[in-house]
Amino acid sequence: MRAVISVIGKDRVGIIAGVSKILVDTNVNILDISQTIMQEIFTMVMLVDISRANTPFARLSDDLKELGNTLGLSIQIQHEDIFNSMHRI
Amino acid sequence: MLSPFEIIETIKMIQEENLDIRTITMGISLRDCCDFDGKAARVKIYDKITRLARNLVRVGEEIEREYGIPIINKRIAVTPISLVAESCDEESYVQFAQVLDQAAEAVGVNFIGGFTALVHKGYTGGDRRLINSIPEALSTTRKVCASVNVATTKAGINMDAVREMGSVVKETARLTAAEGGLGCCKLVVFANVPEDNPFMAGAFHGIGEPECVINVGVSGPGVVKRALERVKGADFGTVSETIKKTAFKITRMGQLVAQEASRRLNVPFGIVDLSLAPTPAIGDSVALILEEMGLEQCGAPGTTAALALLNDAVKKGGTMASSYVGGLSGAFIPVSEDAGMVAAAISGALTIEKLEAMTSVCSVGLDMIVVPGSTSASTIAAIIADEAAIGMINNKTTAVRIIPAPGKDVGDIVEFGGLLGSGPVMRVNEYNCEEFIKRGGRIPAPIQSLRN
Repeated sequence: MRAVISVIGKDRVGIIAGVSKILVDTNVNILDISQTIMQEIFTMVMLVDISRANTPFARLSDDLKELGNTLGLSIQIQHEDIFNSMHRI
Repeated sequence: MLSPFEIIETIKMIQEENLDIRTITMGISLRDCCDFDGKAARVKIYDKITRLARNLVRVGEEIEREYGIPIINKRIAVTPISLVAESCDEESYVQFAQVLDQAAEAVGVNFIGGFTALVHKGYTGGDRRLINSIPEALSTTRKVCASVNVATTKAGINMDAVREMGSVVKETARLTAAEGGLGCCKLVVFANVPEDNPFMAGAFHGIGEPECVINVGVSGPGVVKRALERVKGADFGTVSETIKKTAFKITRMGQLVAQEASRRLNVPFGIVDLSLAPTPAIGDSVALILEEMGLEQCGAPGTTAALALLNDAVKKGGTMASSYVGGLSGAFIPVSEDAGMVAAAISGALTIEKLEAMTSVCSVGLDMIVVPGSTSASTIAAIIADEAAIGMINNKTTAVRIIPAPGKDVGDIVEFGGLLGSGPVMRVNEYNCEEFIKRGGRIPAPIQSLRN
């Protein structure tokens, strides 16, 4: 199962490191990363494979959200299908 | 891979523009719960609902979490209780409403619909008993919603039922006077009622439906409004295209959630209802979409045309996004649930007469309209008759959900709370229609040709 992690907010040191740390600890593989500045807001989008994750989705979601709170950013993980269904026919 | 732009677009729709799945509604047939003994029937009803819907709320919350899309309501619709209760010899069906309330409470849904009778051509004994029980049922339960279909294009309008519903609405308001007539927020009088509508208060599980089914209602007026802000001043072709594309995206969410809920609950997927359903939240308003098209305030001349375009474009865009579309599918215009409508009603731009015109081109009818408590039963019945006539002649669903708020008058505002919002008391035409309503009988079904 693949999911999209999105990070939106002000750029700062340690965003990718922080997210990656959680992903290493939970055995989630990063498939692709892209980052850009959109309307002056830092945006990072990460495609990950969670099929071998060693933690429940809800827990992973909470951990990322908490990291976001610590860094002053919004970090969210969502099942990839929500984006595919909206943007691909 | 998806572009960051696409991903951010989806996230913004959810976080800033109030895109959500308005409801996952599980339809449950209770036809096998009939019994000569009312008590035995109620045991069967409770057991069946709590068995089939026990995972509904949990699965809804799981999907919400995994996909990151809010699912506001989880609800249940059941077979019209007039059919289920009819075999027993009880005179009042209030206890059936109470058992529905208990079952809804047990599984954690926020509304259960189906305290319903279909009387467009006439009454059976069960229909009569159910309708007589509505005021007490709605005043002694919290989650039960009632509906009565009084007209269809093929049968005409049952004016006896229309007259009676005028009194039922008044009595329901009286029994729930302490809460501003709240009971009437849970009571809809329909013409051409759809059997698979997932939205309350009019949801029930029709007799042509399977044993159990999942229907989903989407929403997103805020997303449409924001999309139109980006095409300011463009012609109506562009407006329509923009709404279609947005409706497509919104509906794809509904389709995904419906399929996923259906798979996880192991219940067949019924339909996605394409409706644009407003909420009292800022920016989540259908009225503001109409205003975005260039009207100073909703209700101004041009409003009916704007709504016609909106309603049609939503259907065109949404239909391709879902494999099965049904329910009410269109734009809702409930006054108290839409901040823009409330503002327009308070300023006087929006009147009941204009709303009536709007209902001839959108998906429902006179919805969540608060009128003075002194409004007579015959006037309410006549308002119902007018709406039913629009539905009957135009081959469409119309409905009336009207609240004659006890002790309130024009200028007052009645607070219902939550998604039901707060409604300003609107002026009603006070000319008498009692003799008209007193006639009773049926208005015959209309001719289907010579359509002028």
